[in-house]
Amino acid sequence: MELLPTVWFVAIAALWTGYLLLEGFDLGVGMHMLVSARGESQRRLMLNTIGPVWDGNEVWLITAGAATFAAFPLWYASLFSGLYLPLVFVLLGLIFRAVSIEYRGKGSTDRWRRMCDLGLGVGSFVAAFGIGAALGITTTGLPIDANGDRVGGPLAWLSVPAVLGGLAVVGFCLVHAAAFLALKTDGPVRRRSGRFVGGWGILALLPIVGWVLLVQANNANPWSLALVAVAVLAVGYGWVNAHRENEGRGFLGLAVFLIAGVASIFSAVYPVVLPSTIDPAFDLTISNAASGEYTLGVMTWVTAFGLPLVFVYQGWTYWVFRRRLSEQHIPDAHPVVSAAGR
Amino acid sequence: MDPVDIARWQFGITTVYHFWMVPLTIGLGPVVALMQTLWLRTGQERYLRMTKFWGKLYLINFIMGVATGLVQEFQFGMAWSEYARFVGDVFGAPLAMEGLLAFFFESTFLGLWIFGWNRLPRRVHLATLWIAVFGSIASAYFIIVANSWMQHPVGVELVEGRAVMTDIWAVLGNSTAIAAFTHTMFGALGVGAGFLIGISWYHLWRRRRDGIDSVDELGRVVVGERADLPGRDRLDHSVWLRSLRIGAAVAILGFGGVAITGDAQAKLMFEQQPMKMAAAEGACESGTSFSILSVGTLGDRDCDGVVGLIEVPGVLSFLANGSFDEPVRGVNELLPEYQAAYGETLPDDSIYGDRAGQPIQYVPLMEVTYWGFRLMILFGALAAFAAVVALWLTRKGTVPQSKWIMRLAVLGILAPFAANSAGWVFTEMGRQPFVVAPNPNPSGVDGVFMFTAAAVSPGVSWGELLFSLITLTLVYGALMVVEVRLIARFTRAGVAAAMPELIHSRDDAGHPDGDGDEGDPQADGADSRVRRADDVLGFAY
Repeated sequence: MELLPTVWFVAIAALWTGYLLLEGFDLGVGMHMLVSARGESQRRLMLNTIGPVWDGNEVWLITAGAATFAAFPLWYASLFSGLYLPLVFVLLGLIFRAVSIEYRGKGSTDRWRRMCDLGLGVGSFVAAFGIGAALGITTTGLPIDANGDRVGGPLAWLSVPAVLGGLAVVGFCLVHAAAFLALKTDGPVRRRSGRFVGGWGILALLPIVGWVLLVQANNANPWSLALVAVAVLAVGYGWVNAHRENEGRGFLGLAVFLIAGVASIFSAVYPVVLPSTIDPAFDLTISNAASGEYTLGVMTWVTAFGLPLVFVYQGWTYWVFRRRLSEQHIPDAHPVVSAAGR
Repeated sequence: MDPVDIARWQFGITTVYHFWMVPLTIGLGPVVALMQTLWLRTGQERYLRMTKFWGKLYLINFIMGVATGLVQEFQFGMAWSEYARFVGDVFGAPLAMEGLLAFFFESTFLGLWIFGWNRLPRRVHLATLWIAVFGSIASAYFIIVANSWMQHPVGVELVEGRAVMTDIWAVLGNSTAIAAFTHTMFGALGVGAGFLIGISWYHLWRRRRDGIDSVDELGRVVVGERADLPGRDRLDHSVWLRSLRIGAAVAILGFGGVAITGDAQAKLMFEQQPMKMAAAEGACESGTSFSILSVGTLGDRDCDGVVGLIEVPGVLSFLANGSFDEPVRGVNELLPEYQAAYGETLPDDSIYGDRAGQPIQYVPLMEVTYWGFRLMILFGALAAFAAVVALWLTRKGTVPQSKWIMRLAVLGILAPFAANSAGWVFTEMGRQPFVVAPNPNPSGVDGVFMFTAAAVSPGVSWGELLFSLITLTLVYGALMVVEVRLIARFTRAGVAAAMPELIHSRDDAGHPDGDGDEGDPQADGADSRVRRADDVLGFAY
């Protein structure tokens, strides 16, 4: 076992987990605003629950991508170029979503707000699906040649595991966001979201369960199976508590489910970071895809210093904005009028 | 269709676009933080109004920079996978550091600032903005470290055909990075300053046009107010005049810094990338003369058709090495050196695709480098001159009534942007045909270089690249319209749009009280409750 590449394999998995855990509910809230919200004030309420935190959460994606570049350049190069088309859509989704969040309240017409809701909802869906597909692919395989380049054309990535991974992240985001909204709001949104998590809505987790099982069927080991067991217990705990309207524990259960689920996937595929479906000899692993010892050492120091700090101040942000919001907290929209009065 | 060309156009378009948002964010951020600091120090409401108004525009612009920045990070892997493989060991580290040590700070603390009004203690709230501003500056530093490594590779050795990092401090302390970072930061201040001056000028002008302010027989301002227009009170005049003067001060600081750091950067570049500078100067023959105007076929990549019309002896060598008579090497002297060191044709390697075996163009597109360099300086000088003129014209407390001068002031906002873009286009195009430039001098690592033609993703088809180029360009174009219209709208609306309490400060009865804030120990008192419900920065959405 190589120590530093293994440390970085764990670190990358942790960064992706952090991303799904935090931006998972942001993306889900975006989708819920389009499909579940009843009326303008509920949409604004939902948006304000993620308002202070969504941008900080998205940095987990940037850091996960950049850390992959720094620690496993060959993994980054093969995965990102191999998934060129879906990632273009992920980028477009994230662009529309970011702009919609920030500009929605700065226009004044209903048409503008509807467009922003569409940009936010569809953008969140596309981003979640694309990132899920990429993670699905990296754990199940892509047709790459000896140089790590994709063969088979622009749609070579499109496969059952890719779609499963995409649906898995979308489904998880929907449930996770409902648990988050139940925890962060009061009134009708809280009740409806809580019912979604504690009821049939939990079925939206089926694709992620399918993904976990697919990976286990191919590469299970005792560690990954133990993590699967933890995930099952956690989701049961979350569901029961959501059903009893204990939103804090419901959210906690889902969070642990995600952490254990993703950990089970990554521990099963270790040490392969991107399998080749053409020939196992072309697999990218933590040994042949990693940066040099020196770079990994530097990055380890940087992360050991930087990441705990991130935990502290992002945790503080959630503490500052801890109180529940309800529709009464949302002030009327203010018209932006020209100061010339004409 | 050549994938390399499509990928280059895509990188160029997305990067130039991204770098319209970034310098405004970096230039305006410290100014807004300064305004809020002044508000806290003096308690004067005009500084609060300035913070809110400029803060609003800052945020409108900020998000576009965030959204387009993601594309930058992704496309190194998506479109330039061979590049990512060659340099990942050294190039990925500053990108990851940007995320961990800068961008997390920037994004998280900016969220705290936006939503933290009246929720955080005032000093803590101010600190969140300063931390976010620090984050954006640190972010720029790490990105420029990465870029500068492509200009001047240091701290690496070549192992099995890949650049492997041996010294992170050499990478972080790269002389090129220090020069480029300071130059870029001062350039960003220039952008922020032009924005402040242009918009403040517009508002001062409109106060005169609307008959609110007038001038007495000595030309001094007589400040008035209009009760029927929200926010158009006496204090409003002071908001704009003070903003304009802060803008002018920042401009003088920014453009002064740009000149000094630009000179240092140019001297480094003469040493590290002599061909880029020779091309930028249209210097075909070695000599000491600085070209003010050269015409002819700059695009032909050989110097036969270039005619220097106006040249000043001694200036070029002074800029390059501080001496009036030590000649600077021109294109015709450098070309054989490059051909001897790095070959005359691209190697017969599949990685070069159809370009394998073609002759290498060591002279960058001279039209682009020559004019990019001059436009950068011209626009920068114009903006600096305009700032001084603005300061002079407003010495008696308001602006002239002329509509044309107002239009020039607003148009002048674009000059520093243009200078920034021209400078980057020059320095990036001037690096061609290399994506990682070789440095045939003792301070760089000669031998670590990469031709741009070898950097593109071999597995990605030109159709995919073309699709993303067209899509991103269209989306970016549409978003530019949206952003500019929003900025124009909030600019026209003045302070009142960012501070709705100015609109209905005396009719709060119609609003839900909506505080529910018993659990918040940091409430500022009864007065702030009304404000909280009304504060669009607090409830931005």
